Amino acid sequence: MNILIAILVLGGIAALFGALLGYASVRFYVEGDPIVEQLDALLPQTQCGQCGYPGCKPYAEAIANGEAINKCAPGGEDAIKKIADLLGVDVLPLDENHEQNNDDTSNLPKVAFVIEEDCIGCTKCIQACPVDAILGAAKQMHTILIDECTGCDLCVAPCPVDCIEMRPTPETIHNWQWDLHKIAVKQIG
Amino acid sequence: MKSIIERIKNSKFWHFHGGIHPPEQKQLTTSKPIKHLPLPKQLIIPLQQHIGSQGDLLVKVGDNVLKGQALTQSSTPMAVPIHASTSGVIRAIKKSVIAHPSGLSELCLFIDVDGKDTWQERKTCLDYTQLSHQEIITKISDAGIAGMGGAGFPTHIKVNTKADIDFLIINAAECEPYITADDLLMQEESESIVDGIKILDHILKPTYILIGIEDNKPQAIKALQKATESIEKITVCVLPTKYPTGGEKQLIKILTGKEVTSGSLPIQSGIVVQNIATCFAINDAITNGTPLIKRVVTLTGQALAKPQNLWVLLGTPVNYLLEQTAFINESTSSNDNCSTDSLVTNLPVANPPVIMGGPLMGFSISNELVPIVKTSNCILAPSKTEMPSAFDNNSNEMECIRCGQCSDVCPSQLLPQELQWSAKAKDHQQLTKLNLFDCIDCGACAYVCPSQIPLVQYYRIAKAEIRQQQQLDMKAEKAKARFEARKLRLEKEKVAREEKHKKAAAARKAAMSKKNADGGTASSAVAAALARVKAKKAQNKVSDELRVASCEQTNNESSESRVTNSKTRRDTSNVSSEDEKSQVKAAIARAKAKRLAKANANIKESDEIRVTSNEQIIQKKETDNTASDKKARIAAAVAKAKAKAREKTKKRQETLTVPSNETQEQPDNSKPNSETK
Repeated sequence: MNILIAILVLGGIAALFGALLGYASVRFYVEGDPIVEQLDALLPQTQCGQCGYPGCKPYAEAIANGEAINKCAPGGEDAIKKIADLLGVDVLPLDENHEQNNDDTSNLPKVAFVIEEDCIGCTKCIQACPVDAILGAAKQMHTILIDECTGCDLCVAPCPVDCIEMRPTPETIHNWQWDLHKIAVKQIG
Repeated sequence: MKSIIERIKNSKFWHFHGGIHPPEQKQLTTSKPIKHLPLPKQLIIPLQQHIGSQGDLLVKVGDNVLKGQALTQSSTPMAVPIHASTSGVIRAIKKSVIAHPSGLSELCLFIDVDGKDTWQERKTCLDYTQLSHQEIITKISDAGIAGMGGAGFPTHIKVNTKADIDFLIINAAECEPYITADDLLMQEESESIVDGIKILDHILKPTYILIGIEDNKPQAIKALQKATESIEKITVCVLPTKYPTGGEKQLIKILTGKEVTSGSLPIQSGIVVQNIATCFAINDAITNGTPLIKRVVTLTGQALAKPQNLWVLLGTPVNYLLEQTAFINESTSSNDNCSTDSLVTNLPVANPPVIMGGPLMGFSISNELVPIVKTSNCILAPSKTEMPSAFDNNSNEMECIRCGQCSDVCPSQLLPQELQWSAKAKDHQQLTKLNLFDCIDCGACAYVCPSQIPLVQYYRIAKAEIRQQQQLDMKAEKAKARFEARKLRLEKEKVAREEKHKKAAAARKAAMSKKNADGGTASSAVAAALARVKAKKAQNKVSDELRVASCEQTNNESSESRVTNSKTRRDTSNVSSEDEKSQVKAAIARAKAKRLAKANANIKESDEIRVTSNEQIIQKKETDNTASDKKARIAAAVAKAKAKAREKTKKRQETLTVPSNETQEQPDNSKPNSETK
């Protein structure tokens, strides 16, 4: 008899909590995956596809599903660190396969540049650009919208005449960085 | 409000937190009048001289320009034009080093001075009260006036406000050591300055006008008091000397006791602050029609034999000014690299330091071709004994000892020590939390730091980094939006394409079924005709002597026609290329009918050689696709050959029926093949 009461009581509790959980899962249903949004916000949004995914959002989704966090070359160590912080995993060095070539200019922000006299107007780069930063039409010279270009490199390969090259963004007083070692101002005193 | 005024009347002011008392060093230049310089040979006028954007060029290389002529026009409200400081010829428009701590090059106009100093026509205005509010604003804007105190905010934006202004504060504090440009301007041009203040009063209509001036400028105070005697509204407030009293927020705090909260503007508290030199420029622009083409610059420092305040045309290169004030070059290296266009970054080693701006907030200039712009108020050339740290390129920075002196002197009540840790760790979030952007770059913390940590430089770097990060974030956001938009567009295009294809397919299908309806009946009619022909032929054959064989043939042929019929039926059900097929079939049927007719004729001609003719039919069928004459020739050849073999065949006539069947079947089998052709 006692056993029966115990079973009934525990069964009742189990049913109650089951119902509660069931209700909560319906009532507090989370639309989408918030972690994906957060990850997407940490990625540099160059949409370059160097990670092997077609854009930053798909890679964010992949990370959320357990993909390695060290495949974003444009984001570099900073992005990896932030993602590691967010997910509570260890910081990994940038995957070698996804690392950009290590010459000293590789870390500079770059934009694509169309060598205009060589352009044949094939529109292949336009189709490759993930952010519609290339302007042109068939058999018309193409040009890059420098303010929209994310420097993702994707237009370089499709060009049949190799007329696109990546150039470092010129340093102006707007994007100039103070360099502590070069600051000559020490006139305090 | 009343209490504020009472306090001010009693010379009781508020205090801002912190502040320092560095050696003033103003005596070097304060007693000498402002000197007018002979015209330099060349002027270098940067297109952008203030915060905001640069205007559009109005002149081209080779143009003659008159003094005061506008060289750019503003395309946005945040831009003010620049003007030719004297008459001459535009020699070049190219990039040159500008007055910026980065030592980077920006677009500049090079004017070869013709020495005549010819003015363009100027419109003087004796009574500004006749002008409307908007006319005055336009005049200020057209004269290219931007705040001359430091940041260079376009003045016409600052004064074009609809808000009720309680206080117009004129900033005459000039709190930074060495600089006396405003001091001298007040001593010599107090009347013009007060006229300028009156114009501001006219457009802003403030309740009170306060002139904040430090008590280390007794002559200027006297001059201003004399000039403002008759005006009730204006109060000259003599403030105790303390750096940085001249900071906008600090001055407001001292004079009114009001705190301008983080992130808000003084205008939101009903306060407008204008620099005293700006007031002079406004008067010049409205009354004399003179755009902002010159300013007072303090040339000071012990490396100059004749330190003095100078009236300098905007665009004058610094080396000309140093020449005029007898710059003593202490350094062993000569000045020859002033002609190099390249960026000289380690300047203190190569050259004696020349600082643009004051000793606390200024920056070393990397090239002596740097021109004077609207915001340059001081050129400081210190000697080695005066400012040894400026000559020393090695950092003497030591570890922070947490003495807390920096936070004692911070006028913005920040925590410089905490900021320093975060700045070194590049913890931008923490820096923002610690209100880094309320830092006014005054340098008081670095001044008092016993460990000689260049605190303010760390903050400047951090601020620039955060700003850049914000820009990158914005760009990333934009890229994301564009990426999403592109994806959406591609998706839409794909759907549209599919839709189009579907529609086209449906249209084709409709057209086809219509054609099928026609084509189907046509083909069946053909088939029926074919059957009729075959039936006739079969009848002919029936009438032939060789009944058995012909009967069999009829069977074959009827089966053939059945096949054709069924084929046509099948074809009718087939949707694609139906009409084509039916046409081919019709053609084949026609050819067959012809052949059969011929064969019949042959049979009629010679019943004996029926078998031969049968074989001929086979041959004809085989050579169906060849040209008709060729066919005929072959047929003839075959007929000859068959005629030869006729006797033989006759002998084997009984047995021949079977092979003839076989041969008859062959074309049946080959028929579908030819049909499919």
